Amino acid sequence: MTSFGSFLRQLGRDLWSQKLRTFLTAFGIIWGTVAVSLLLAFGNGLHRHMIKTTAGLGDRIVIAWTMRTSMIFEGLGKGRRMRMTEEDIEYLKAQVPLIAGISGEYSENLIARFGDRQRSVEVSGVSPAYGPMRNMVPAVGGRFIDQLDVGQRRRVVFVGNELAEDLFGTLDAVGETVMIHGSPFLVVGVLQPKEQDSSYSGRDHSKMIIPESTFRALTGQKYVNNFIYKAPTPDLNKALNEQVRVALSSRLRFHPDDDQAIQVWDTSEMFVFMDAFMLGFTVFLGIMGVLTLVVGGIGVSNIMNVVVEERTREIGIKIALGARGRAILGQFMLETMILTAVGGGVGLAISFAICSIFPTNLEEYVGLPNLSPGLALLTASVLGLVGLVAGYFPARDAARLDPVVAMKL
Amino acid sequence: MNWPLKKKTNGDGTSNGHIIEMLGITKVYNTGKIKVEALKGIELVVDKGEFVAVVGPSGSGKSTLLNLIGCLDTPTGGSYMIGGEAVAGLDRDALADVRNRRVGFVFQNFNLLPQLTALENVELPMLFGGVGRRERRRRAVEHLERVRLGDRVEHRPTELSGGQMQRVAIARALAMEPDIVLADEPTGNLDTGSGSDVMSLLSELWGQGRTLVVVTHDQTLAKRAGRIVEIRDGLVVTDRRAVA
Repeated sequence: MTSFGSFLRQLGRDLWSQKLRTFLTAFGIIWGTVAVSLLLAFGNGLHRHMIKTTAGLGDRIVIAWTMRTSMIFEGLGKGRRMRMTEEDIEYLKAQVPLIAGISGEYSENLIARFGDRQRSVEVSGVSPAYGPMRNMVPAVGGRFIDQLDVGQRRRVVFVGNELAEDLFGTLDAVGETVMIHGSPFLVVGVLQPKEQDSSYSGRDHSKMIIPESTFRALTGQKYVNNFIYKAPTPDLNKALNEQVRVALSSRLRFHPDDDQAIQVWDTSEMFVFMDAFMLGFTVFLGIMGVLTLVVGGIGVSNIMNVVVEERTREIGIKIALGARGRAILGQFMLETMILTAVGGGVGLAISFAICSIFPTNLEEYVGLPNLSPGLALLTASVLGLVGLVAGYFPARDAARLDPVVAMKL
Repeated sequence: MNWPLKKKTNGDGTSNGHIIEMLGITKVYNTGKIKVEALKGIELVVDKGEFVAVVGPSGSGKSTLLNLIGCLDTPTGGSYMIGGEAVAGLDRDALADVRNRRVGFVFQNFNLLPQLTALENVELPMLFGGVGRRERRRRAVEHLERVRLGDRVEHRPTELSGGQMQRVAIARALAMEPDIVLADEPTGNLDTGSGSDVMSLLSELWGQGRTLVVVTHDQTLAKRAGRIVEIRDGLVVTDRRAVA
């Protein structure tokens, strides 16, 4: 279109000549955008934070431990204490094909000493599978316990990040030797800091992890305190729990229906709850956001209607001079779209600014707002749609004006 | 953009020289239950180069007639050809093109856009007509100079006198080189001095061979025209040609 440049210039002048009107319209859109994108960003941030902290315990794992039987079985009375050894763990691993990972966990409070610092520490003996399942990621330069450590009963230790700081200070813990229960242990890895909102024997950041074989040799402990396992996919956890109980009932000899002998904490249920909760929450926020934008759109539509009324005479003149309906329509649509685009852009910029200056010390409670490009795009397109709809009707009215009547006003 | 209307026109606009050819034109305004018959069968033929003054009392239908001639409105009945082109059955866009290409309007209250300069006001019809930017500017300046406003190009309507505003409006009417210039009481809002300026300008245009139809109460203006058509109650009652 050859006249597009002057079209834009005229548009700019029209908008500029009505500063207050333009400002109010743009303000409505800005307000709507900020409200919607911040709502979504905080909702999203909260969701991610919840997933992160919940996953701090483990990635949809099942934590199980033995208790006493509650049913008589094959001549055996109830109330028998069930105990499991490493052989039982191996048995499960071999007998239950649905197990994607399993590790026994032996734990005890032991004295750890480095130089003149001495602490009472919760020490766990585990298999290599434990690390990934419990989301224990080594910080750069370190590693978790591996199969060789277990096989050779090495005295190596993986240290929680806060404990490492406490014991070693600013020193790089990896490569240092720490005394545990009177024996020297080589530090092979330090936990990469993580969020964790639930636990069963203290937070991981203050723990020490050593190979299960080493642990048994060091303490003489024979029975696992608990064991953790997971299915290939979380939805199989339920079936797996059943299989584990059945397998153990024949091995440890308790009634297959006895649900007290083995206690099970299926953490994937937390995720199920959380996902349902967050879905509801997001839907709620989304509806609020859309309503906000619709209200904003009604505002824009109203203002554009007023504009059409104010400029009826001008439109009449233009029609009389041979402007096609499309040109009139186009002007109003473009005006609305520009207002929407500018308002939306400013709104998004403000939202980004707010998200980036959000105090990080509040992260522990509500998470960091996360304004993803996808969300921004979604907001922008909803806005564009609102602008289109809001602009269309007044524009159509304007284009349909009878020039003879319009010019007389 | 294509302009299908332009295809049928030849050098003088029509084959028989008639710019306007109205046969049995009626216009009925249907306002709810009451029907108002504004025009009851107008017969009017205007040839190229004529200067026609349409006179008559208020409510006689002169303005309605002018709106129909200018395709601002469509007749209820009868046949109307402008420049050999039948208007009946044209859609809104086609009518807009007819107004843009064939007709130049001059209004009693000028109808300039207040936020635009004189130059931009004159450019406006060319903007709608798809004339390129440079050509538009060149022609707008030329037309403003022709109405002796070459020094007021960048002025806004509020900075101009009534007579100057009407001259801008005339320059705007000529911008697309229309077949016909239509004026509705062009001197109605002007003092005597400015009014006679505008009248001289209109006469000058006639002298240059343009076709003009002017609705007016102003006897002095009517007398300058070569032909006076009197309308009463929606009918042409007299049609006199001045003796040259």
